[in-house]
Amino acid sequence: MTLTLKEVEHIALLARLDLTAEEKQRYQQQLSAILDHIAALQQLDTSQIEATSSVLPPRSRLRADVAHQGLTTRQALQNAPMTEADQFRVPPVLDQD
Amino acid sequence: MKNLHTLSVQGALTALQRRQVSSLELTQAYLERIQRLEANLHAFITPTPDLALSQAQAADDKRVCLRKSGQPYPPLLGLPLAVKDVLCVQGVRTTCGSKILENFTPPFHATCVRRLLDAGVVVLGKTNTDEFAMGSSTENSAYGVTHNPWDLERVPGGSSGGSAAAVAAQLAPAALGTDTGGSVRQPASFCGVTGIKPTYGRVSRYGLIAYGSSLDSVGVLAHSAQDAEIILRLMAGFDELDATSHDEPLGTPGCSQIKDVRGLRIGVPQEYFIEGIQPEVEDRVRRAIQVFADMGAEIVEISLPHTSYALPVYYLIAPAEASANLARYDGVRFGLRAESHDLNQMFCQTRGRGFGAEVKRRIMLGTYALSAGYYDAYYGQAQKVRTLIKQDFDRVFQQVDAVAAPVAPSTAFKIGGHTDDPLAMYLEDVFSLPANLAGVPGLAFPVGFDDQHLPVGMQLMGKPFSESLLFRLAHAFQQATDWHLQRPPLD
Repeated sequence: MTLTLKEVEHIALLARLDLTAEEKQRYQQQLSAILDHIAALQQLDTSQIEATSSVLPPRSRLRADVAHQGLTTRQALQNAPMTEADQFRVPPVLDQD
Repeated sequence: MKNLHTLSVQGALTALQRRQVSSLELTQAYLERIQRLEANLHAFITPTPDLALSQAQAADDKRVCLRKSGQPYPPLLGLPLAVKDVLCVQGVRTTCGSKILENFTPPFHATCVRRLLDAGVVVLGKTNTDEFAMGSSTENSAYGVTHNPWDLERVPGGSSGGSAAAVAAQLAPAALGTDTGGSVRQPASFCGVTGIKPTYGRVSRYGLIAYGSSLDSVGVLAHSAQDAEIILRLMAGFDELDATSHDEPLGTPGCSQIKDVRGLRIGVPQEYFIEGIQPEVEDRVRRAIQVFADMGAEIVEISLPHTSYALPVYYLIAPAEASANLARYDGVRFGLRAESHDLNQMFCQTRGRGFGAEVKRRIMLGTYALSAGYYDAYYGQAQKVRTLIKQDFDRVFQQVDAVAAPVAPSTAFKIGGHTDDPLAMYLEDVFSLPANLAGVPGLAFPVGFDDQHLPVGMQLMGKPFSESLLFRLAHAFQQATDWHLQRPPLD
């Protein structure tokens, strides 16, 4: 199975990863080789098999609805690259004009 | 007391309790050793000598206080410990071996860390790891590779390679690690130490920076089953902050039980002794199995028929979960940010610049496996085959009490040996992945050396929540042999 360069670029866009031309080429080869190996899974008939998303049976556990002290605003912001007025600051989401 | 760094966890706790040594003396002994040997080993990303000394002083003061008032001491009061740098320690930089978290200082403790601090431990530092725990050699760390104390030209294994090297070189009596596909057991095996990957859910994942959430487990590396068990028991148990954590009873400590394994049944799976395995590894593991037989255990040939599918299943499920978990590193709330006037560009450039090659590779693989049109064929199929792997174990554990197998097909390889071939690196994990996919506990311990005097490890896997039985078996083995007492020639 060979991924095209276009497919690699599409995946990188979905993953929000800026890749250099050299990286794209390398991942094209490496991911294709890994997907070839993974193709072994297609040999198995799993039509009657349930998927495992969690190894232990899921349980829901209720707790009392009591307020807890969480992080303070200051703690929550302490690692942020940029803040303003006790909020995270990011570049504009919409075009300004 | 002399040679404090040679004390076991049990030995150090006894010496502390009897006041033959203070926590400050013990901590200083390790810090001096770290200072002396770190240049060659690079087991730590961030040593924390100031924190350690103040915690040690506080532990000594507390002991005096509690003694005066006749109160019991916390069980690990004053014991030094190293912590893998994917576990949050409040106020201490936590990098995950990544540039993207170079300046991240968590405002909270991981639950396992908090429980051990409550029990009295002293944190010596944060140990090296493959970036976001993705790797089998510690070569994927953005902060440089860790060297194997048995041969400095070789890798310590990974991803908990820093923790394994620190314990092997006696820079710490024990260390915390994490295991998503073998990351406690494989480095334990490469460095000749004992490492437990508990049942999924046994230890809270809160504050463990997420990689593959359905697989991640927090474990312990130490010099013996007894030492690892002491620490595991104090961090286990249900935590409100992790809905997948469990309160299953731990049972009587396995290492405190009679050293008698008569009547226990140990399964030997044919799929773990395949062509391509290093002959000395097979030989040492088979000899270790014979030791169990000589002690009266019953050895049973078994089959785990879907073993060979564990690798492709893991390399779909773990990257898929990773691609979702690592979406949070976008330059907004924490970590690196690449400045840009455009929000989307800021995301892409931050991630392109902040992540290393292996992390990008797995994010790409996971994103592909989850993308529209491919989800059923890849991720969906992998989850179904995961069921088959788990059923293999369920079936076998109706027949035997534990499964014995090599941890990895070979001993520690040379630094740079697999760097250009990701698939060859992934194959290192072929024997350790199944336990994570099935959620069962695995305990790795040294069973000899290969012809180049590199440690060989064996693992025992058990039913979910049967850690105590695995410890009992390994402890019996360690009473009968002295492989776990061998130390690398560093001094």
